[in-house]
Amino acid sequence: MTSATVSTEPSTVKLTMLHAKYSLVETFRVPIAVIGTIVFPALALLFFVVPQRTVADNPLFATQAVISLSVFAVMVNALFSFGLTIAENREKPWDPYLRTLPAPGIARVLAHVFSTGMLGLAAIVPVIVIGALFTAAEAPPERILAGVVALGVSALPFMLIGIAIGYAFPFKAAIAVIQIVMFALAFIGGLFLPPVMFADWLDTISRFTPSRQAREFVIWAVEGGTLEWWVWTGILVWTAVMLSLSLSLFRRDEGRRYR
Amino acid sequence: MSPAPDAPLARLDHVGRRFGDIVAVDDVTLDIAPGTLVGLLGPNGAGKTTLLSLLQGLRRPSAGRVELFGGNPVDARARRLLGSTPQETALPETLRVGEVIDYVGGHFAGRVPTSELAAEFGLSDLLRRQTGSLSGGQKRRVAVALAFVGRPRLVLLDEPTTGLDVDARRTLWDAIRRQHESGATVVVTSHYLDEIEALAQRVIVMGEGHVLADDDLPRVLARVGLSRVRLRSTEAERVAALSGVVRHEPDDDHQVLTVDDADDFVRVLVGSGLDFHDLTVRGATLEEAFLSLTAPATTERSGR
Repeated sequence: MTSATVSTEPSTVKLTMLHAKYSLVETFRVPIAVIGTIVFPALALLFFVVPQRTVADNPLFATQAVISLSVFAVMVNALFSFGLTIAENREKPWDPYLRTLPAPGIARVLAHVFSTGMLGLAAIVPVIVIGALFTAAEAPPERILAGVVALGVSALPFMLIGIAIGYAFPFKAAIAVIQIVMFALAFIGGLFLPPVMFADWLDTISRFTPSRQAREFVIWAVEGGTLEWWVWTGILVWTAVMLSLSLSLFRRDEGRRYR
Repeated sequence: MSPAPDAPLARLDHVGRRFGDIVAVDDVTLDIAPGTLVGLLGPNGAGKTTLLSLLQGLRRPSAGRVELFGGNPVDARARRLLGSTPQETALPETLRVGEVIDYVGGHFAGRVPTSELAAEFGLSDLLRRQTGSLSGGQKRRVAVALAFVGRPRLVLLDEPTTGLDVDARRTLWDAIRRQHESGATVVVTSHYLDEIEALAQRVIVMGEGHVLADDDLPRVLARVGLSRVRLRSTEAERVAALSGVVRHEPDDDHQVLTVDDADDFVRVLVGSGLDFHDLTVRGATLEEAFLSLTAPATTERSGR
C-alpha cells in the first residue's frame, strides 16, 4: 500500500501551484481588495509626480521617478499582502487545518510568493501607462519588459520580509511593524528622494537596503549602464537570508495566538 | 518507512504538552492500532484537542515522543495518509464546496473523486455553493467529508457532530461507520457519551490531561454509566457507607450520592432499614461520571 502511493505523490511544484491557485481565487472573489492594490500606486504617480513639471518634463528624472514609484508599489504590495495576509490567516482556523495536510513549508511559502507576485505585477501596469501618457518618461518596449522582469526579481526580498513579519507577529503588531519597515525602506532606499541628494554616510547605508538595490537594479534594466556589484549581491543575500528566516519561522509557528 | 501491517498507526510515548503554566496533556502513553474505531471522550478542557493537534503535527510535545506512521508528524511526509477535519467555521467563505474539496484533495495521491465523495456525504447539490452560504449542519458535513478525501489510513475527527440535530448526526455517523468498514482507522473525540456509544469500539477517557480509562466500550460504559441519587436522611453518613456508593456530597439539607447501579442501591437502602425520604434518581451526566473517575485523588487531597 505504501509503495503504491509513493509513486503518484503530488510534487512540491504541484502543491505550490495548488495553493497559489486557490489563494488567487479567494482574492479575486473579493475584487475590491484587488482594485485597491492596482489603483493606489497609479494615484501616487498622478498626485506626486505628474503635477511637478520639472520632474515630469525631464525624460531622465521622469523615468527614474516612474521606476522608483513602481518599486515602491511592488514593495508596499509585497509587505502588506504577505505580512498582513499571513498574520491574519494565522489567527483563522483554516490555516491550522492546511498545516495538517501533507504539504511541505516551502510549497506554502512559494505559493504566497507566486500569488501575491502576480498581483504586484498587475499593480505596476497602470503606473507604466500613466507614466507614458502624462510624463516625459520613455523607454523602448523591450526595455520596459526587462524592467518588469527586474522588478519581479528585486521584489523577492520584500515578499520574504513580508512573510517573515507575518509569521513573527500577531496581526495588530504586524500592521505597525510593516508601516515602519515600509517607510524606512522607501526613504533610505531613495524611492521618495533620489539618492543623489543623500549625504555620503546615508548613501552608504542606503546601499545595504533591498529598496535601494531594487531601484538601481530596475534602473539598470531600463536605462542600461553598468550594474554595480553591490546591487545584485545585495539582492541575492537578502533573498537567501530572508528565505531561510521565513522557513524557520514557518516551521516554528504553531498558529499561536496566545502566550 | 514501511512498517509491519499491524504496527500501530500512531503512538504516543509519555507525551506531555504545556502552555505556560497550564498542563494540557500530561504523561500520556497510547497506541492507535490499525482497523479500530477509537472514541476519545472527555469534558471540555480535558486535553482531547491538544492530543489531536500533537498527532497532526500542529504542535510539538514538550515532553515525550509522538509517532505517526513511524515518522514525526511535524514532517509533511508523515502526514500523507492522515485525514482530519477543520472546524466548521474554518472553511474559506468565498470558495465553493467543490473547490474546497479539490483544494484539500490535491494534496493526496489516490484521492477520492469529488462527485463520489459528495454522494457519500450528501453534498452533491451543494458543490457549486460558496461555503459562506451553507448552514451549520452543511458545513459540518463538508468538514467531515474533507477528512476522507485523501483515502487516509488514519482519520482524526474532532467533535464531528457538535451542534447537529438528531437526524443529521445519525446520517453522519452512518457515513463515518461506512468509511471505517472500508478500511479507515478512525479516532473520534466527543463530549457526548451517546456519540461514543454509537461509534466507538475502544474508548479512551481523558480528564485534566490524563488518560483516566482506556478500554473496550462495554467496560468503559460500566464505569461511566452511573446514576445520581438524591435524598434526605437523618443518618446520612451510614447511607453513604452502603455498598455501591462511589461518591457522596451534601447539598443543602439533601444528600447527593453517585452510585454505579441505582436499582441495586435502592434495594440495599430499603433492606438496611435506614431513615430516608424525598428520594429521586437520575442518570449521571458524563461530567459527573468523569468526576467520579477522578474522585479518589480529589478526596485524598481535600482531606475529606
